[in-house]
Amino acid sequence: MKTKLLALAAVAAMSLGTVATAAALKVGVAAEPYPPFTVPDASGKWSGWEVDILDAICADQKLDCVITPTAWDGIIPALTGGQIDLILSSMSITDARKKVIDFSDKYYETPASLATAKDATFGITADALAGKVIGVETSSTNEAYARKFFAAKSTIKVYPTADEATQDLAAGRVDAVVGDEMALQGFLATDQGKACCKQTVLPYDKETLGDGIGAGFRKSDTALRDQFNKGIADIRANGTYDTISKKYFDFNIYGE
Amino acid sequence: MIPAFLRPMMKTHRLVMLAIALIVVGACAYYLDWSWVPTYWNSGLILEGLWTTIWLLVLSWAIGLFLAVWLGLAQAAGPWWLALPAKGYCSVIRGTPLLLQLWMLYYGLGSLFPQFPWIRHSELWPILRQAWPYAALTLTLSFAGYEGEVMRGAFLGVPHGQLECARAFGMSRFTILRRIWLPQAIQRALPTLGGETVLQLKATPLVATISVIDIYQVSDRIRHDTFIVYEPLILLALVYMAITGIIVLIFRGLERRLPSKVA
Amino acid sequence: MLDAITTLFAPGHALGLLALSPPGWGGTLVTGLIATMEIAFGAYAVGLAIGICGAFGKLYGGEVTRDLFALYTTVVRAVPELVEILFLYYAVPSIVNEILLNAGFGRIAMPPLLVGTIVLGVVLGAYMTEVLRGAILAVPHGQIEAARAYGMSSLLLARRITFPQMMSNAIPGMANLWLNCTKDTALLAVIGFSELTLNTKQAAGTTKAYFLFFVAAMVIYMCISMISGRFFAVLERWARRGQRKIERGGI
Repeated sequence: MKTKLLALAAVAAMSLGTVATAAALKVGVAAEPYPPFTVPDASGKWSGWEVDILDAICADQKLDCVITPTAWDGIIPALTGGQIDLILSSMSITDARKKVIDFSDKYYETPASLATAKDATFGITADALAGKVIGVETSSTNEAYARKFFAAKSTIKVYPTADEATQDLAAGRVDAVVGDEMALQGFLATDQGKACCKQTVLPYDKETLGDGIGAGFRKSDTALRDQFNKGIADIRANGTYDTISKKYFDFNIYGE
Repeated sequence: MIPAFLRPMMKTHRLVMLAIALIVVGACAYYLDWSWVPTYWNSGLILEGLWTTIWLLVLSWAIGLFLAVWLGLAQAAGPWWLALPAKGYCSVIRGTPLLLQLWMLYYGLGSLFPQFPWIRHSELWPILRQAWPYAALTLTLSFAGYEGEVMRGAFLGVPHGQLECARAFGMSRFTILRRIWLPQAIQRALPTLGGETVLQLKATPLVATISVIDIYQVSDRIRHDTFIVYEPLILLALVYMAITGIIVLIFRGLERRLPSKVA
Repeated sequence: MLDAITTLFAPGHALGLLALSPPGWGGTLVTGLIATMEIAFGAYAVGLAIGICGAFGKLYGGEVTRDLFALYTTVVRAVPELVEILFLYYAVPSIVNEILLNAGFGRIAMPPLLVGTIVLGVVLGAYMTEVLRGAILAVPHGQIEAARAYGMSSLLLARRITFPQMMSNAIPGMANLWLNCTKDTALLAVIGFSELTLNTKQAAGTTKAYFLFFVAAMVIYMCISMISGRFFAVLERWARRGQRKIERGGI
């Protein structure tokens, strides 16, 4: 018993020690498959467009970045609390969030869109969606959008991750899902998505959807934010950004 | 001078602790941000969440306990072909995390729906497409599993003489169960049941992960809307503590009403 | 036979998604299982340490100690673990960092594994305190008085008399707490910690084979609980060595 406890203490001490020496930047990514941006693969590695972009920025700025999966719904407290050092998880730059954290410049942008079953005949206006059940990811800009425009006449169902919302769309439990257009495209490219669903882009609303997607930082970490901005500018300038994007998309994901 | 129920508090260190507690509460009320409370109270969201939590608890408790009686009875007195499945069921429920059971029933079953399109046209679809039936079902099955084990012990704990005596009176097996065995078993299980009910209450917030709007999800939403991290969690903890207190009081009352001496 | 099993796990076959090496997700589940076990062992050790302190504090401590431990066990046991985990998970690192920053030091990164372990350990400690307290109380008082009469020091008394006799009373409760501990690690999935349940959900979400992966995870959890059950049964028999067996109705 005693030796076992000693061994445990030793293990604990070792794990503390290794962490104290490593000064890697911990990059918070929502712990869910979010194709084609962040996708965990069977070997436990993360891949996807956003991961490639991160690697490019970190290589450009000589930063040692480690992906740290974090619950989406607690990703901002995790940043302010210090468990992670920056957020790179398709987070839209909104005024509400800017009150709590800082953002880098945008590195891509996406409108919101409405995914429905293939055979759905209703439109995308609030009246067309009256009485329908709409699924959204919790704490997302899309939730804010859905609440602003659809909550009066439809039921909003909130899921911990976008993956679960689309899963319930495929199961037929919700009539529609409001999500990022690009991410929904990722879902629609899967076998399940192909079989069940389609999407229609929604009119843009700056108040809820913000100005593009940026990396999140603690308000005190301005140096890191500036470094990151420089990295984004660099990979945009030297063509790395476009090379990576071409692997995933056949259109300009950066926007204007 | 001092009323009896206050007398235990009349010790220096307890008074000091009470003072510290009051200061902490005061500081929390003053320094922390509670401006969101009226908004969400007036919108009815807090009450709605509270109501969902409570009826989920009561429903799963009542049906779960009913099932548990049969599970316990099957294990305590049933033939092997009833005892074995009952035992297996209890082991599976007690051996796997509730969160996994919940996701299994909700997302696992849901992932099978597209393969059977007729489900969407069946009479049951309006129920199947909502989240609360899965939440209620999972909580009920889980409570039944845990309490089945408790009831087994309680049934076995009833003195044999009581049952022999009842048999000697010529009672039928069902009458014995209804009049002698079950009441005494419940009485034995009551202190355990109180604790288990609190555990069941503490299991309810998991249903928020399948989109049921209970009090936990309401606090989640407040956290996201306002970016205030700790205050909604503090309020949530207080709400659960209050419900726990009520449960403890109810069971204390129940225990007092039943005769305390078991032969 | 072996061939048949290998084919079963080959890509495209019934259990191909569970194969240990990619493209199968079995490896991810194993990684998750290891993380789950690490946390469970760590949290149990922390909980045991707190529980021992708490039990002795509640029984033999001064009035203040007793009241403080009573407060701890009451509050922790009245609030859902999920809420406590969420609270401590965000509060502990930010309080630690706040203090460090104010004292002029830099931020430290607290590894999620460590935070998860501590958080679950603190929750477990409250239950452990009660289990151990009950077990100590069940040691016949005469035994302790006799030991005191022999002039044993408190430490020797604890080691030779109280501990061996309380073990047999404590083990069933401790076994239950161990099972709860392994299952409570699943709650860390909600805060995004990569343990068995979250890895299962990621595998399920990516492959859309929800049913298969959830069943697989359930089987793994069942194995943990069955193996631990065996272990604790052996342990209890060992702790009860030399005790007279009480037959049913033999009182």
